[in-house]
Amino acid sequence: MTALGTDLGEVAGFAAQHAYLAGVPLLLGLLISLPLGWVALRRRWLTPPVIVGTGLLYTIPSLALFVLLPGILGTQILDPINVVVAMTLYTIALLTRTVADGLGSVPDHVRQAATAMGYGPLRRFWAVELPMAVPVISAGLRVAAVSNVSMVSVAALIGVSQLGLLFTDGFSRSAMGPIVVGVLACVLLALLFDLLILTLTRLLTPWLRAART
Amino acid sequence: MIATIWAWLSDPTNWSGSGGILAQALEHLRLSGIALLAAALVAVPIGLYVGHTGRGRVVLVNAVSAFRAIPSLGVLFIAALLLLPRLRGDLAFELPSLIVLATLGIPPILSGVYAGIGQVDPAARDAARGMGMTSWQQLWQVEVPCALPLIFSGLRSSMMQIIATATIAAVVGLGGLGRFLIDGQANRAYDEMAGGALLVAALALLIDLVGALLQRFVVSPGLTPATRR
Amino acid sequence: MIRLEGVTKEYAPGHAAVDHLTLEAATGEITVLVGPSGCGKTTSLRMINRMIEPTSGHIFIDGQDTAQVPAAKLRRDIGYVIQHAGLFPHRTVLHNVMTVPRLNGWGRARAESRAREVLELVGLPGDFARRYPAQLSGGQQQRVGVARALASDPSVMLMDEPFSAVDPIAREGLQDDILRLQQELGTTIVLVTHDIDEAIKLGHRVAVLRQGGILAQFSSPADLLAHPADDFVADFVGRDRGYRALSFQQADVPVHPEEPVRIGEQLQRRGDQWLLAVDAEGRPQGWVLPAEVAEAAVALEHLHRGGTVSAVDGSLRSLLDAALSSPSGRGVVTRDGVLAGTVRAEEVLSVIQSAPRPDGTSIQGGAGDSDGAAAGVGPQQNEHR
Ligand SMILES: Nc1ncnc2c1ncn2[C@@H]1O[C@H](COP(=O)(O)OP(=O)(O)OP(=O)(O)O)[C@@H](O)[C@H]1O
Ligand SMILES: [Mg+2]
Repeated sequence: MTALGTDLGEVAGFAAQHAYLAGVPLLLGLLISLPLGWVALRRRWLTPPVIVGTGLLYTIPSLALFVLLPGILGTQILDPINVVVAMTLYTIALLTRTVADGLGSVPDHVRQAATAMGYGPLRRFWAVELPMAVPVISAGLRVAAVSNVSMVSVAALIGVSQLGLLFTDGFSRSAMGPIVVGVLACVLLALLFDLLILTLTRLLTPWLRAART
Repeated sequence: MIATIWAWLSDPTNWSGSGGILAQALEHLRLSGIALLAAALVAVPIGLYVGHTGRGRVVLVNAVSAFRAIPSLGVLFIAALLLLPRLRGDLAFELPSLIVLATLGIPPILSGVYAGIGQVDPAARDAARGMGMTSWQQLWQVEVPCALPLIFSGLRSSMMQIIATATIAAVVGLGGLGRFLIDGQANRAYDEMAGGALLVAALALLIDLVGALLQRFVVSPGLTPATRR
Repeated sequence: MIRLEGVTKEYAPGHAAVDHLTLEAATGEITVLVGPSGCGKTTSLRMINRMIEPTSGHIFIDGQDTAQVPAAKLRRDIGYVIQHAGLFPHRTVLHNVMTVPRLNGWGRARAESRAREVLELVGLPGDFARRYPAQLSGGQQQRVGVARALASDPSVMLMDEPFSAVDPIAREGLQDDILRLQQELGTTIVLVTHDIDEAIKLGHRVAVLRQGGILAQFSSPADLLAHPADDFVADFVGRDRGYRALSFQQADVPVHPEEPVRIGEQLQRRGDQWLLAVDAEGRPQGWVLPAEVAEAAVALEHLHRGGTVSAVDGSLRSLLDAALSSPSGRGVVTRDGVLAGTVRAEEVLSVIQSAPRPDGTSIQGGAGDSDGAAAGVGPQQNEHR
């Protein structure tokens, strides 16, 4: 099947690749940001270095990072792992601050009540602080997801296979069709990620729905 | 590996001349500066209007997040394909990219300005009105100064977005440090690519630093966390 | 004088937040609007400076219909103080206070010297001027808020729960300052609070509003306590109003001589009688039990500081409180801070009982008529220790 001069089977393959390259870093980044954000919040002297460090990371243009990582990691330039690592770094850069803000938004009296009930620091984190920070963290995650999807397409310039290849391919042939299909597919994918996170958040925070009704 | 990159970076012939590092760095700055200015000229008034009046809030928030989903590389190609045949001279290479750069730079400024005005203490706003400030005075004497930290972070992330997109735009013929990445790849010269990547990263860091310094001077000390207890 | 004439505000058609409110706030007096949450106090207050436009009715300030004055101009001539002060975080204390004079077109130098003057007036001298609001305590911020409102020397001030966000001690200080400032400057003040005690302490006249912005009673604090107009007002002013009404009664109470001991002195007397200790200037410091002092000189650690102290010409409430709170049963009274003698609870009570009961049209104190008592509302005379 084709549309606008583009093989849709190929598009689906690219989309799957794209989802993998944007999605895996999102999970990895979240897992790393949680302890990082917690440390930035609870150990005052670590706050500036962690926040500034992650902020600086975000200033590096994506194409530059894609090009530099093979030299640092010793990988081939075409290796998708470069993209995964780069996107993970960006996710960390975005999320660490959000996690710190989210955990910081848990009211002190709630934390103290949990401590008074006998929660240790680790269980209190999992059972009380993290669930209450979910709305804030989820908002950050949605931003990270959408910008990841857009940024992954840049990796087409170094030849990594995903939806961005439709752009370079279309441009080299001066054909608008594949580019438009690629843009639409990217936007759709971003929307899917957004909806997925939104749904998960709703499932994880039943108390917010209860408050709304 | 590092040695070859260093060799490329420290070769004086790479720095001078019309296509040299210095010239391309200045070109990168010039293009990014124009794009930021254009983006700010559009985004700041709209952000101020929405923040101050509260009108069109929903549209703005949704537009900003929708914008984020658009892949910059794709629109660069679309703009180039659409406009290249219709333009002549230097403009043909610059204008399509500049339009895209400025457009992608709008959303961060918009949300920064809007969020900045939105988080102004309602009590301060109420006091300003209660002491007889006109709507215009409230905006410029209270809301904008209080919103400056967030306006600045909006401008700074817009600048980062623009610098990054300008790098990519080398692929449609735009000048700037991105040339080394794109040309290096075409020539299979990893030293040139990596050297260019380092330079772009350094440029972005430097500009963000300048932004941070500027912010320190412009934003009232009363609004910085260090002043608070 | 501020006059509200049949003022109504409906946020939604048919639902009046304030309903045909007619009220007069006399020039040079503090008029307090008090009532339960949501009864329309803020709405009424904000209609005076046109922060909220009335649905119908008129508001006059010194005979001038406020609807005829441009809103911004009107507000620049009226001081406005709100709950969380609403200071501008990006401006120093000094520049916050300079705001209204500058808006009124004053030069920088003149505005600055005026700002320093009013900061002094609210008890924030010198180096506070350079600070930013974030570097002040809540009480200090509120003082700056008051200074900012005073800066252009307005003849009218509106205050919306100005002290409800600060702790009780700071609140008392702020209330005393407002009373002092109002007396000095003669400003006409309309103040909103939901705290009946604050209303009674500050108000020359108190307007009690009920839900829907309906005026339930408008009278002097003493009258309010003695003659609540209906069950709603009676309920609102609270249970111990009989006791609180004593704040407005003054009468001569027999003062007994008291032979004090000085701090640092060796005790001459023995026994289990409480003795009153004073400092070198004769100011009461506390009570001592000779047994606890033994052979030592009377020192600070021997003092029992339980009792309150009243001025000789204090209200019956503060005299009674002094007697009841004293461990010895002898209430300490002072004149200009110096020991004047002691009073006995039973004698204060008999004065209270023989004083005219509040059963006529006005409550009568031993010293002066009801007007005098109401006008005498000032910083309470009992000095807590
Ligand atoms: N902007 C508004 N829109 C709609 N209704 C309002 C608005 N402002 C106030 N109200 C309603 O008008 C009524 C009076 O409000 P107001 O703020 O005057 O009460 P208040 O006496 O100051 O209460 P509080 O002691 O809680 O401050 C309330 O029922 C409130 O819900
Ligand atoms: Mg109110």
